[in-house]
Amino acid sequence: MSIKVLYFASLKDRVGRSCDELTIEAPLTVLEVWQRVNPNMDMPDTILAAINMEYVSLEAEVSDGDDVAFFPPVTGG
Amino acid sequence: MTIKLRAEIFDPWRELADFQTQAVDIAGKYGATGIFVGTMRDFNQGDEVRGMYLEHYPGMTEKQLQHIVDQAQSQWSLLDVLLIHRIGQVSPNDTLVLVAVWSAHRGDAFDASRFIMENLKSQAPFWKRETLESGQIRWVEKNSDGYLQQP
Repeated sequence: MSIKVLYFASLKDRVGRSCDELTIEAPLTVLEVWQRVNPNMDMPDTILAAINMEYVSLEAEVSDGDDVAFFPPVTGG
Repeated sequence: MTIKLRAEIFDPWRELADFQTQAVDIAGKYGATGIFVGTMRDFNQGDEVRGMYLEHYPGMTEKQLQHIVDQAQSQWSLLDVLLIHRIGQVSPNDTLVLVAVWSAHRGDAFDASRFIMENLKSQAPFWKRETLESGQIRWVEKNSDGYLQQP
């Protein structure tokens, strides 16, 4: 299974890249995806997550072909 | 209902006038228009700010804005909604956001425009990166509660 991981704003600066491609053999949760692509960095407490552009919890399961996004609290308006 | 992201400077009052002129189907039916215009300040958190970059998540931002407006339309009796938000490089005094809501009665217009704005602030994926007068660049990490002083 192949998934795409996206980072935005200050989190993109912190991880030093805007996206990762990840191949997985079995389903993972959003948190496990983070741990796979950022093995040396704990997820900051305030980080929000989305799958295919919808907000999800860190326990949500990721499927083949999904886009998983991580980003800090939003500050528009 | 119209939702737009704008990479260029826009005049909210002209947008409103144009929108209302074209909205012939609601002419005579609305008794209230609730309008919120958000403008970039030249100060934030005690610092002078020279400019700002508004990052967004293409696709998700539009989707979340649509959800918010859909929710407002299901909660209140609205005749039309116009929502425009800037993206990209902005300067002090530029309009950042326009929310306009048309309804038969004022309660719907007041409440729905506030609901859209507050939910946009907490759910729509936009992020502000400020350039201060000192040259320092920093991300705005959270929104204020919206008051200079709590009433």
